[in-house]
Parts: sequence; structure tokens; C-alpha cells
Amino acid sequence: MSDVANRIKEEVTTNDVVLFMKGTPVFPQCGFSAAVVEVLDHMGVRFKGVNVLVDPAIRQGIKEFSDWPTIPQLYVKGEFIGGCDIVREMYETGELEQVFKDKGVAVQQAA
Amino acid sequence: MPMASDDIVRLIKAGLPDAEVRIEDLAGDGDHYSATVISQAFAGKSRIQQHQMVYAALGGRMGGELHALKLTTMAPGAS
Repeated sequence: MSDVANRIKEEVTTNDVVLFMKGTPVFPQCGFSAAVVEVLDHMGVRFKGVNVLVDPAIRQGIKEFSDWPTIPQLYVKGEFIGGCDIVREMYETGELEQVFKDKGVAVQQAA
Repeated sequence: MPMASDDIVRLIKAGLPDAEVRIEDLAGDGDHYSATVISQAFAGKSRIQQHQMVYAALGGRMGGELHALKLTTMAPGAS
């Protein structure tokens, strides 16, 4: 495995929920990344944001790691969950909450 | 470099011949599209796999010349 793949592997295995995104959770720099941050914030899920804009190796490497051409990308307990469209769709159907529960990640659903 | 919606439909159908493709130019700028793709080939596949099949049909343009494509995929008859 390449160095960058190892770094990605380490990120997604040492953090329960990781979002590879453009910008930071506080200041997303792309509407698609912002949409996923909004979903996670709304669910009260703690996550680590990795800003690919400051790391070109990760920006390219994450696309090869998951065979997925776009950013953002959400990982839960090392598993690639999807990009913006899939995350939003799973949120709306309740599947996303189920993924977090199944994987033992705390969710604070707004009443 | 924006892509015409007809080109996107043509590429998807070239990769998934039975696909029903509905496309919408979200911003009217030829750069932000929404596509719904229905194909028998998606049966039994995860959402990630279904989207990867569409991206494969687009031959590497996704994330490059095709900046934004909001994608919804399903097999026929799936809700």
C-alpha cells in the first residue's frame, strides 16, 4: 500500500467517523461538503473532518482508496458509507441513523 | 468545461444500455445536473456499487469536466 493509502487507512480506523471534505466542519468550502456536515451536526454525531484542500496527496489518494471520484466521502468505523447524495438519501430514509447505531456510534437525534 | 445533458445521457446509456435516464440541469449553467438512473443492472447492488457503475459509464469525467451530478439510482420496481 502506498504511503497516502496508509495514512487514509490510519485516519479511518483510529477515528469512528471521518469526513473527507473541502474546507473544515466550521467553514466548509463546497456546498456538497457543507450538506454532509449539516446532516452529521443535525444528528449530533461527533466526527473528524479532513480538509483535502490543504493536502493534495490525500485529495487524489482518497479517490483511489474508495474508487469514488468525488468529495465529500464519509467513513464510519473504517467503512466507506458514501458521498453527499447517498448520505442525504440514507439520512432521509433513516438508514444512516441505523448505520451509526449498528456500529456503536452515539447519535443525539433532535426531538 | 461544462457538458451537455445529451452527452451525459448518451454516456450513461452506452454503459448501461437498458437504463432509463432522467436528467435535469439544476442551475441552467450546463455544469450542475441531477440525474435519476433506473436499470436492471442495479438489482442486488448496494447504492455505492450502483453509483460506481454510473461513474464508470461516465469514464472518469465525474469530478473532472463534469463538476456536479446529483445522482439517484434504482432498479426497476424498487421504491
